[in-house]
Amino acid sequence: MPTVTLRYFAWVRERVGTDSEAVELPAGIATPDALIGWLKTRGEHYAHAFGDDAAIRVAIDQVHAGRDDDIAGASEIAFFPPMTGG
Amino acid sequence: MSITADIRVQTQNFDLAAEQRKLCAGRTDIGGVVAFSGICRDEGGTLQALELEHFPGMAEAEMRRVADKALARWPLMGLTIIHRHGRIAPGDEIVLVIAASAHRRAAFEAAGFLMDFLKTRAPFWKKEHRLEGPTGGWVEAKAEDDDAAARW
Repeated sequence: MPTVTLRYFAWVRERVGTDSEAVELPAGIATPDALIGWLKTRGEHYAHAFGDDAAIRVAIDQVHAGRDDDIAGASEIAFFPPMTGG
Repeated sequence: MSITADIRVQTQNFDLAAEQRKLCAGRTDIGGVVAFSGICRDEGGTLQALELEHFPGMAEAEMRRVADKALARWPLMGLTIIHRHGRIAPGDEIVLVIAASAHRRAAFEAAGFLMDFLKTRAPFWKKEHRLEGPTGGWVEAKAEDDDAAARW
């Protein structure tokens, strides 16, 4: 099982209750979308954070990624709301 | 492409005039400079401060990726991008883009392109602190910002 670091920002971080964690990816989780589906099953906080999942954006190793991209080989996957800087 | 953008992510304020002088120092080939700064509004007197969260490392990297697109598209002679994070009070500056070129058009267009893409791609998030009542929420992204980026 590959271990990846998950990072959360803004309201995703507040709802999950942590900014970072290392997890072992279950077999068969190949995309950010699948990972979100699995995270939602990890408890109330995750279900709340990822319930409104259409809004959530993803970065793989600090590069914006699509929800259906391949996460094989990723060391860090980040989840966050649409950006509001500038 | 010999120009490298000067990209900074910092908590402290910046001085637009000083940054522009630095960008143009010793140059006599620059014919136009466009400087844009984004400023924290007080939202009709209700906002105490904005708190900007960012993704350290990715913020700089994404600003660099956006800057490189601008440098490939317009003949720029200098480019500075500064984005602040942390707590920012109404009236204080949040972001600065300075684009220099031989002629105004490239500088105007590049500065507009950069702001539109920074808003939708640079990993920063604004949270509102109100003067009264509970802490405001996270600022929601606007569809018009996506539309503004799409026009390029």
